[in-house]
Amino acid sequence: MKVTRHILAYEVKDLFRSTWLIVYAAFYALLTAGLLYYGGGGRAAVLSLINVILTLIPLVGLLYGTMYLYASRDFIELLLSQPVSRRALFRGMYAGLALPLSAAFAVGVLVPVAMFWSTIEDAGSLLMTIISAGVALTLVFVAVAFVIANVVEDRVRGMSIAIFVWLGATVLYDGLILYVVNVFSEYPLEIPVLVLALLNPVDLARIILLLNFDISALMGYTGAVFERFFGTWLGIGLSSLALLVWLGVPLVLGLRRFRVKDF
Amino acid sequence: MKTRIFLAIAGIILTAAPSAFQVTARTIVVGPEGDVRSIQEAVALAQDGDSILVSAGVYHEPTIEIDRSLVLHGQPGAILDGDTERGLLLVTAPDVSITGFVFRNVGVSFVEDRAAIKVDAGHNCYISDNRFEDTFFAVYLAKTSGCTVARNTIIGRAERQTAAGNGIHAWYSRDLKILDNVIRHQRDGIYLEFVEDATIERNESVDNLRYGLHFMFSDRCRYVDNLFQYNDAGVAVMYTERVEMIGNRFEHNWGSASYGLLLKDIDDSRIVGNVFLDNTIGIMAEGANRMEVADNDFEANGWAVKIMANAIDNIFSRNNFVGNTFDVSTNSSRAYSSFEGNFWDRYQGYDLDRDGVGDVPFRPVRFFSLVVEREEPALILLRSFLVDLLDTLERVLPVLTPESLVDQQPRMRRVERTTPRHQS
Repeated sequence: MKVTRHILAYEVKDLFRSTWLIVYAAFYALLTAGLLYYGGGGRAAVLSLINVILTLIPLVGLLYGTMYLYASRDFIELLLSQPVSRRALFRGMYAGLALPLSAAFAVGVLVPVAMFWSTIEDAGSLLMTIISAGVALTLVFVAVAFVIANVVEDRVRGMSIAIFVWLGATVLYDGLILYVVNVFSEYPLEIPVLVLALLNPVDLARIILLLNFDISALMGYTGAVFERFFGTWLGIGLSSLALLVWLGVPLVLGLRRFRVKDF
Repeated sequence: MKTRIFLAIAGIILTAAPSAFQVTARTIVVGPEGDVRSIQEAVALAQDGDSILVSAGVYHEPTIEIDRSLVLHGQPGAILDGDTERGLLLVTAPDVSITGFVFRNVGVSFVEDRAAIKVDAGHNCYISDNRFEDTFFAVYLAKTSGCTVARNTIIGRAERQTAAGNGIHAWYSRDLKILDNVIRHQRDGIYLEFVEDATIERNESVDNLRYGLHFMFSDRCRYVDNLFQYNDAGVAVMYTERVEMIGNRFEHNWGSASYGLLLKDIDDSRIVGNVFLDNTIGIMAEGANRMEVADNDFEANGWAVKIMANAIDNIFSRNNFVGNTFDVSTNSSRAYSSFEGNFWDRYQGYDLDRDGVGDVPFRPVRFFSLVVEREEPALILLRSFLVDLLDTLERVLPVLTPESLVDQQPRMRRVERTTPRHQS
């Protein structure tokens, strides 16, 4: 555990030395401030922010995660020549990347929202939901990136796979849902669609965020089903479980690969 | 001879006149400590044209039938209490005026439409400045004409639709005036059925269980400057012709089956200068024909306008569409109504000649709204990246959206409003 902490601390320091993280935080700060300033703290501004979060966070998590792991190859090899367990190293690397990225996002959103606090309706709970969704997505997609970077040796291939995964999660998967809805339109689809949405962390995050905006009422019967589901402990439990699975499975896979990998 | 006849006539007039003018109204005072202690007694004593002045006090009386033309006035603190088991006043005579009372505790009935004031075939009644508390039906007009209901405050305690009455309920009536009332927590705020030539102005109908305003088979009515807010299902207008709805506000009617304004089988009507704010569906038009929908503001609604294929020849012009999730949605691939010179906040065209009108037409029906209209569960993809992408594609290369449902002259700027409105 101590080793993990050391590695984590080193990683964090390393990340803060690179300007990327600062730029990342500054980007969210500027975006949020701009949207709130021009959107007047209204619903539209927050909804646009959500749109950006849902597309950008997975992309950054995947690309930055794979890139970082490929770039740290020498560092990993060096550490592995020392009496450092692979498990500790993996943990440290993961936490050292995922936590600063999450923190950069949280700070980037938090600062402008604090500035415009009084103009936003129900700012507290909204902020909580947005930040927890963003952090959850960061954790999940950095974990996925770690699997990709560990399994695929060739970095160009690895990066392409990362981009493809991003495309799949944000665009293609929704296309699949649309297709299913179209093909099986004769059947009651609320529950299957709900299950499909649970299986994709981006969709899950989007629905939880949108339910916060009363958009459920707009959805008639479907919306009522969703809202009832996500309002119960069963729904909250299942969606948390889905996220945990999305976090746990890549981490286990990545670690397993990392432990037997021949550097 | 002539003078004689003249004198005779003059004599008749002179002798007859005093008795004719003798019926100048008497005023009977009712009070807990006076000679006349119940309103019932006072009504029995009174003749057509008399006034009854009711002093402060709580009156528990059986349902009082007012069968002659009287003026009833309650002084501050005059309360009629129904002990949750009966209606309070039943008016069967013309020209009755009822002002200044507090009516309370009528109680729910599943057998009759029990009301605080029920007017049965009483013409020209005048009901104003009363307060109704927990009265099931507050004012119930049946087969009346020329009645006025004004400045009343009606606060119900409706919890379930089946055990709730309407605020102002009119049936088979003509020439009604319903003005400046405040109605809350009833089933329907105002309910009109088979009512003709009514004027409904400046009322506030808020927090009702079903519709803020509900009317059927009521031709030639005017609704001006009313406020309909937080009603469970909004406002419904059904099976009616030549209705004018001007300057009303439809706000916060938000729920899975809520409408700002539901139009069903409406012909030749005008919907002008209204505000539709934060409703699930701003206007739902089903079988609505030849309507003029102009100068309205649609803001922050789920659907601003849902117009079904059986709504024909409607004209939407000079409306503002701002911040709605869907601007226009329809279930048909053809358009039977026209949109002209509206402002759409989604419009992305340009205006080279700077005449305030965009040079490129605008298609208000999004691709996604068509998908949702067909398969509701697709709504789970709302605001997904893919859907935004498809919407943009469809805008550039329209394939599925109705070819003819298009605004040829979209405005570049919001239409400014000058007419004063009901303030919320």
